Amino acid sequence: MPDAVVARNLTRRFGDFVAVDDVTFSVATGEIFGFLGPNGAGKTTTIKMLTCLLAPTSGDAWVAGADVRTAPREIRSRIGYMSQMFSLYADLTVAENIQLFAGLYGLRGTRLADRRAWLLEMAGLAGREHLMTQDLPLGWKQRLALGCAVMHEPPILFLDEPTSGVDPTSRRHFWDLIDGLAAQGTTVFVSTHYMEEAEYCHRLALMNRGRLIALDRPRQLRGSLGQPVVELLVDDPARAVEALRAAPGVLEAAMYGRAVHVTVAPGVAAEEMVFQRLAAAGRRIDRMREIEPSLEDVFVALVRREGGAVVG
Amino acid sequence: MNVRRLWAIARKEAIQLRRDARSLALAFALPGALLLLFGYAISLDVRNIDIAVLDQSHSEASRHLVDAFVASGYFRVAERLERDADVQHVLDRGEARLVLVIPPDFARGLGSGRPRALQLLLDGSDANTATIAQNYAEAIVTRFTGTLGDRRALPIDARTRIWYNETLESRNMIVPGLIAVIMSIIAAMLTALTIAREWERGTMEQLVATPVSRTEVVLGKLLPYVAIGVIDVTAAILAGLIVFHVPLRGNIVLLAVLTLLFLVAALAWGIFVSAALKTQMLATQAAILSTYMPALLLSGFIFSIGAMPFALQAITFAVSARYYVVITRGIFLKGVGLAVLWPEVLALVAFATVAISLALWAFRKELA
Repeated sequence: MPDAVVARNLTRRFGDFVAVDDVTFSVATGEIFGFLGPNGAGKTTTIKMLTCLLAPTSGDAWVAGADVRTAPREIRSRIGYMSQMFSLYADLTVAENIQLFAGLYGLRGTRLADRRAWLLEMAGLAGREHLMTQDLPLGWKQRLALGCAVMHEPPILFLDEPTSGVDPTSRRHFWDLIDGLAAQGTTVFVSTHYMEEAEYCHRLALMNRGRLIALDRPRQLRGSLGQPVVELLVDDPARAVEALRAAPGVLEAAMYGRAVHVTVAPGVAAEEMVFQRLAAAGRRIDRMREIEPSLEDVFVALVRREGGAVVG
Repeated sequence: MNVRRLWAIARKEAIQLRRDARSLALAFALPGALLLLFGYAISLDVRNIDIAVLDQSHSEASRHLVDAFVASGYFRVAERLERDADVQHVLDRGEARLVLVIPPDFARGLGSGRPRALQLLLDGSDANTATIAQNYAEAIVTRFTGTLGDRRALPIDARTRIWYNETLESRNMIVPGLIAVIMSIIAAMLTALTIAREWERGTMEQLVATPVSRTEVVLGKLLPYVAIGVIDVTAAILAGLIVFHVPLRGNIVLLAVLTLLFLVAALAWGIFVSAALKTQMLATQAAILSTYMPALLLSGFIFSIGAMPFALQAITFAVSARYYVVITRGIFLKGVGLAVLWPEVLALVAFATVAISLALWAFRKELA
């Protein structure tokens, strides 16, 4: 089966600023492909180029087999798109929004009735068709937007930070819906800056400052660090991070809530080294254990390894 | 182009319009208010001009002359003066716009062929009214001289007839022109918002990610506003005929067709402005500057284009309302048809074509 999305050396500049810098990847059909990175990493710009909302400065991209430069109309009829900002019509009712997008996607007759029923059921909006969209809770709005984006059962779905601002329960519900769509064969291309959401993706592309810095399955990415992460609870996390960063053999030390995560170079006895450094700095360690690196640890370590700073 | 998609856009736009109180007010209340304002309150006619009379003659002839002024309907005697010094006083205080001074020897030898003097003093601070009052006054005096049976003083008997607007009612010329202004407001205030609003709210991004084409969006958005325009124009025409008794001498079907043409041109211009500027604030201001103001000031609606300085006259060629004002007045008052109006019709066709092309172009630019 051909790849659903292919990007080759895709680049977009805005004046002197390179928003997307020579990015190459491909997305297999039926995959949930995650685009992960802080704000300003180039995720939205990439998605806009793939959905033909923005022309690439250089490089090429194909979506559903069609070239984004020459065949935007074909691509638009084969994709669903949900933009970052909530972008249904707030002053239309649920039913009116559905009718609008059904009209734009050319749905009618029994297919329209079937899809409408499916959408209302999926979004939990059955019986609420006549509510004004602006009065819906954000989680429901998001599900309605998803429903409108997939009314025409597109083979590829682009979601640009679909869950930003939504509460964790709604977010979970949303991802269940995405899982369901993927199970039915829809390719899902989704961007997020929630690290925990990345775990839902089959494969992840890590973006920083317009560049693609890693691309793999979540499990492989976590394993790619090649060294354990030490999690600490200390009396003064800020001072502890400061002391550890100055130590030779420490790749990264950062605060995660009240805890401190420390990544050390391969071959270094992590716990022993940390214990000695903090003792020398006069810090009290309340707890210390080795944990599996989170995607965030991996992300931070990869950015360091590239010698750059994390944007955002 | 797909009619189903165009219809989906038009339907959605109509629903939004129906729910937006501000747009509805602009669409219906403002044109109504303008019609009443211009139809009733603002009259360019000069009637009941206040005059003061200093009659030093105290003769039967002088009384007849003053009666002639009053009987004309244009003048009203506000004050009768006794002394020369009062003349300055009434003009200074604006108690009269014109002072008629009849000298003591006015009646003596009147009708004998010997010219008699008469003094008219006018308040020139309102030059327009002063000129009109002067013309009326001279006409009255001329006619009065005629009644004296002395034809030698008046070798030419000019009998003026004013065509198309026999009674020189300014209302007759204002109501047809006003329709052009009302349409320009709809274009400026309503359509200018429509695309900019979608960019600001982010809905345009969702819209253009669907297979809808820009032609479908532009035309779909035009349709509801054309409908509103048709309602407004129909109401304005009916009000003109029934309330203001403006004569409709030409073909009403031709008027309807050409009105539609003007509507499309004006609305497409509003959409172009909206698509090009992308923010509601800028788009509204640009639309007011580029349609409403020129329609009011440069269309010949109030100020005659022929009397403008050359540079301004040149600008009026780019004001679509200018052509429509000629068309409405031509059909309403003169009863003329395409044989006379074809240059204006061609100009409007060109304007509409250019405006739609610009709207499509500005819209495409954004999608890159």
